[in-house]
Amino acid sequence: MSPVTDQPLVLGIETSCDETGVGIVRGHTLLADAVASSVEEHARFGGVVPEVASRAHLEAMVPTIERACSDAGISLIDVDAVAVTNGPGLAGALLVGVAAAKALAIGLGKPIYGVNHLASHVAVDQLEHGPLPSPCVAMLVSGGHSSLLRVTDVTGEDDGVVSLGATIDDAAGEAFDKVARLLGLPFPGGPHIDREARSGSSVSIDFPRGLTSRRDLERHRFDFSFSGLKTAVARWVEARERAGEPVPVADVAASFQEAVCDVLTRKAVDAAASEGIDHILVGGGVAANSRLRVLVEERAAARGIVVRVPRPGLCTDNGAMVAALGAEMVARGRRPSPLDLPADSSLPVTSVLA
Amino acid sequence: MLLAFDTATAAVTVALHDGERVVARHTVVDARRQGELLAPGITSVLDEAWVPRQDVTAIAVGVGPGPFTGLRVGLVTARTLAFALDVPVYGVCTLDILAAQAVDEGLAEPFLVATDARRKEVYWAAYDELGRRIDGPHVSKPADVATDGPVVGAGALLYPDSFARALGPEHPDAGVLASVVTDERAELLDPDPLYLRRPDVAAPSTPKRVS
Ligand SMILES: [Zn+2]
Repeated sequence: MSPVTDQPLVLGIETSCDETGVGIVRGHTLLADAVASSVEEHARFGGVVPEVASRAHLEAMVPTIERACSDAGISLIDVDAVAVTNGPGLAGALLVGVAAAKALAIGLGKPIYGVNHLASHVAVDQLEHGPLPSPCVAMLVSGGHSSLLRVTDVTGEDDGVVSLGATIDDAAGEAFDKVARLLGLPFPGGPHIDREARSGSSVSIDFPRGLTSRRDLERHRFDFSFSGLKTAVARWVEARERAGEPVPVADVAASFQEAVCDVLTRKAVDAAASEGIDHILVGGGVAANSRLRVLVEERAAARGIVVRVPRPGLCTDNGAMVAALGAEMVARGRRPSPLDLPADSSLPVTSVLA
Repeated sequence: MLLAFDTATAAVTVALHDGERVVARHTVVDARRQGELLAPGITSVLDEAWVPRQDVTAIAVGVGPGPFTGLRVGLVTARTLAFALDVPVYGVCTLDILAAQAVDEGLAEPFLVATDARRKEVYWAAYDELGRRIDGPHVSKPADVATDGPVVGAGALLYPDSFARALGPEHPDAGVLASVVTDERAELLDPDPLYLRRPDVAAPSTPKRVS
């Protein structure tokens, strides 16, 4: 047998938010990454509606599993293990994926691994750039989370995943969505703000940088806050409207985006430098933001820190990242999860394997 | 070998039927833990009857109506397990399972089945004296469907002011689900959820003022 086929074939299921993701990997090799998104059903509500997402997961589940198998050119019975996101995320949405994964595990007679969504965002980079640098600082930013982690072992053994900081209110991606709505841009806001910002000036408006004052840094050195920023943008836009002046959408978008990216990258680089860690790994949907990528590279390089960012399709929520972490669990001989494993909407980052 | 289960009420109920009779059944009542209890329930009936999973030839599942989160656990499990085992999956209205239980237990006059729909409402349907559904399923306030006639299911016990004659089974039994499917006594449906309610959503108006 060749070394490639010795690696475990793992199917991963992700349903923590509005994407139904089914990925298949063999070791560190990505074979399929099928994603069905209900984002369009949420667009008119300006945010993800949990019950709408849960209903869509149920309808998409079997077709997405089927598509992943056909993309990978495997038959379901070849799968060696099933991995599934069991938290954190939307409770009802998580439960659909967890129940589907258990059904596969029973139907195939194979083990199940309930894994942490955030650690999966880290593990996915192995599919693109090979073994993870250890230790590394992971900056995970999306509509659902904004976290800085110290990762020494992505399977979580011996405190392998530790939280350095996180948002204390809105997630960064949520701030993008809310500001996009203020500016009359569609949901999800990230790509639209990014596009508008290209023709605007990022220094035209001085929006606040949350939790960066000396006093805040004492208690929240690596934490984030984006709710004050969102309010500041709203106030600024309203003042213009009240004065009967046009709102310079591109400038607002660019200045807002700069405020978010400035804080995220400054704190990520500070975290790595203070921990003596020379790698930063970026993940989550906001990692697709062009300014964030440029700024983190620039600031990290200035401190001799190397940045790894998976391609955008692997940064957003998907099943391949879950399969990647599951494959790592199998390869490391970690014990599978019990069949009564619960979905936990507020699963702590330190709980990597159920 | 038919595997049957229902998660559309507070009961997580699983049974295995060999074509002649129910060979194993497993029921736990816990309104909030369908997602944790169903899979172990399935493996426990298979183990108890010494049936390897490959011997399952069909799956039957209750399709509600019932609280959404629990209901979906049953449906996604049925669809995915059927796909993995490459066997057909049949849906049965959960209220019909309760009706069949009541008739099997000797009820011989027209009756209602009512289950807990939360938010002070019930899921209900009306049946004739032979247990054939003649109206429903619907979701309503108990007072709007109040009756002096017999009412089967947990919904009857929850609202005695509207349903004075609560009787028969409180929760569905997957053993009966398996039997009515095997005996061709059930109306078979696709394994699609009977939600009866739209998702709770309101499209946002203009963004809230902050100053
Ligand atoms: Zn995510």
